[in-house]
Amino acid sequence: MTESADILLSVEGLTTRFFTDEGVSYAVEGVSFAIPRGRTLALVGESGCGKTVTALSILRLIPDPPGRIVAGAVRSNSTDLLGLSEAEMRRVRGNRISMVFQEPMTSLNPVFTIGDQITEAVVLHKKVGRDEAIGQTIEMLRKVGIPDPEARIREYPHQMSGGMRQRVMIAMALVCGPQLVIADEPTTALDVTIQAQILDLLRALQADIGMSILLITHDLGVVAEIAHHVCVMYAGRIVEEADVQELFDNPLHPYTVGLFRSRPSLEHRGPLAAIPGTVPSPLAIPPGCPFHPRCPLSDGARCAAERPPLQVHAAGHTAACWYAGRVADMRTRGEPLYK
Amino acid sequence: MIAPEPNAKLDDVLLQVSDLKTHFPVKRGLLGRTVGHVKAVDGVSFAIRRGRTLGLVGESGCGKTTAGRTILRLIPATAGTVSFEGKSVFDLPPGELRQLRRHMQIIFQDPYGSLNPRMTVGGIIGEPLRVHGLARGRELEDRVAQLLEHVGLAPAYRNRYPHEFSGGQRQRIGIARALALEPRFIVCDEPVSALDVSIQAQILTLLERLQAELGLTYLFIAHDLAVVSHISDDVAVMYLGRIVEQSPADRLYAEPLHPYTKCLMSAIPRANPRQAKSRIVPRGEVPSALNPPPGCPFHPRCPWALERCPVEVPLLLPAANEPEHLVSCHLYH
Repeated sequence: MTESADILLSVEGLTTRFFTDEGVSYAVEGVSFAIPRGRTLALVGESGCGKTVTALSILRLIPDPPGRIVAGAVRSNSTDLLGLSEAEMRRVRGNRISMVFQEPMTSLNPVFTIGDQITEAVVLHKKVGRDEAIGQTIEMLRKVGIPDPEARIREYPHQMSGGMRQRVMIAMALVCGPQLVIADEPTTALDVTIQAQILDLLRALQADIGMSILLITHDLGVVAEIAHHVCVMYAGRIVEEADVQELFDNPLHPYTVGLFRSRPSLEHRGPLAAIPGTVPSPLAIPPGCPFHPRCPLSDGARCAAERPPLQVHAAGHTAACWYAGRVADMRTRGEPLYK
Repeated sequence: MIAPEPNAKLDDVLLQVSDLKTHFPVKRGLLGRTVGHVKAVDGVSFAIRRGRTLGLVGESGCGKTTAGRTILRLIPATAGTVSFEGKSVFDLPPGELRQLRRHMQIIFQDPYGSLNPRMTVGGIIGEPLRVHGLARGRELEDRVAQLLEHVGLAPAYRNRYPHEFSGGQRQRIGIARALALEPRFIVCDEPVSALDVSIQAQILTLLERLQAELGLTYLFIAHDLAVVSHISDDVAVMYLGRIVEQSPADRLYAEPLHPYTKCLMSAIPRANPRQAKSRIVPRGEVPSALNPPPGCPFHPRCPWALERCPVEVPLLLPAANEPEHLVSCHLYH
């Protein structure tokens, strides 16, 4: 993707590290991507790959110490969010950029009603009176599919089910009309039928309101459902980036291929191909390609010594692998990458 | 996996569960009066053949975990029977129950909460052998090393503590512990749902390999139909304490019959962005098990509910021309 007027937010060379007693944790290393207006970009990866730290860095919510954003820029509307003062940043959070967290129970305050928690944000950011704020809150709750919102605003979080609480979180994130919503595993804690309802809701709201979404997830199924563009992360780095259809049709990084092959699906009920080994600790990221100790294509020489850069392989499709071409050839010949 | 035999005889059944009920009293007020019952498991029956896997699938609160634990007598049953190799599990005296427990084991969901953090890995895996007095000293050491190798861990890990291991490795430790007594039957209670995708595949593959090598029989409990589809020969779908559909896995996935199964299958995100996003999403949410709807428990959410659905409780009966495919729905009977 090139820089253009359609880009709402771009992250450039973001590097976030945690300076702990056990050593330096290289959580995010040189991550770059751009989110177009009204579209959904997904950051996909397993635990510890740096996807949540990337999101928290954008909002500057990294606990410092031990964490620090050591390099990079987060540009939106020609300002670098990393250069703003804390007071200016507070006006961005919850207003221009808001966040939906994974756990709707722990992210809502249990001692305030749903109505109080949402109107608080409206009064704070939109400088309107309380009655007007309550009106906007009710309207937003109706939009996210909460029945009888006039009565529900007086309820406390514990009186609602997990699915309803997640709808409240989404209403809270959207009520100030943000340009970007960061959704961190928004459906992971929910049952599949409720997950389907929430994904449908997010898609409908995006069509209606036009906000951009940065979706953080480990689930390629959720990506296929609502993302337009995908970045696959591994060990703090983006290892592959493409439009959603291109990535699903033609994955080029062996890690991405492995993620697809280890995912049980109803369509392919044959044996799963497991990626051997485990995700490296961010305290000890392997030299060379961080995936090489687990990779079936690793040559043990160049892969173990030289870090592969993200290279363009097709229009809008980049991958960080010395052997991305071989991955494509093997697929053409029908040879499995994993056994 | 062990190849299915053409005409499995009745004596091939390892575990037979009949009309199992587990009700929990709900107590309110100062005097703790019982004001009602949560019918967590309400009349569940199934049989598992030796060397096979039955997948028990459903959403949170459907009673699948309670069913698994009641079968092992970890939770007292309210009614019903469980027979394991012809012995009635609920009627056994304590001494015989202890013997039986050797053959019936469980693997838990949470690889963090289910291992004692103060014990070494060797201590954890060797404990069942010590408790049952089956091995000591050198022999115990050898057995632990052998079990670790069996689940793909280095025997040298026996002196380490659980916190030194990743989630997937801990789950392997939990599996090694379950295997220590050479069980014939294992309840796998959501064994992969807390794990990352690439690790899930490793554990599922390990469970399949162990089944083939040791002739194990599994009750595989999970909320994820896709995961269950991979490992199970037969699948039972639970909703509000009851089985609503039960069938050989191939048939269930080829042609789900119960509206709830159809909803569950269509709700699973497909890893294909091109596929139409048209889904059958059930209305509303799962009702409370304290106060389940009358008639068919699924009728308030069912897109095809008939007039008799809120009135008559449907029975779990074979579908037309499919004696092995049971469904509890008025649309078919």
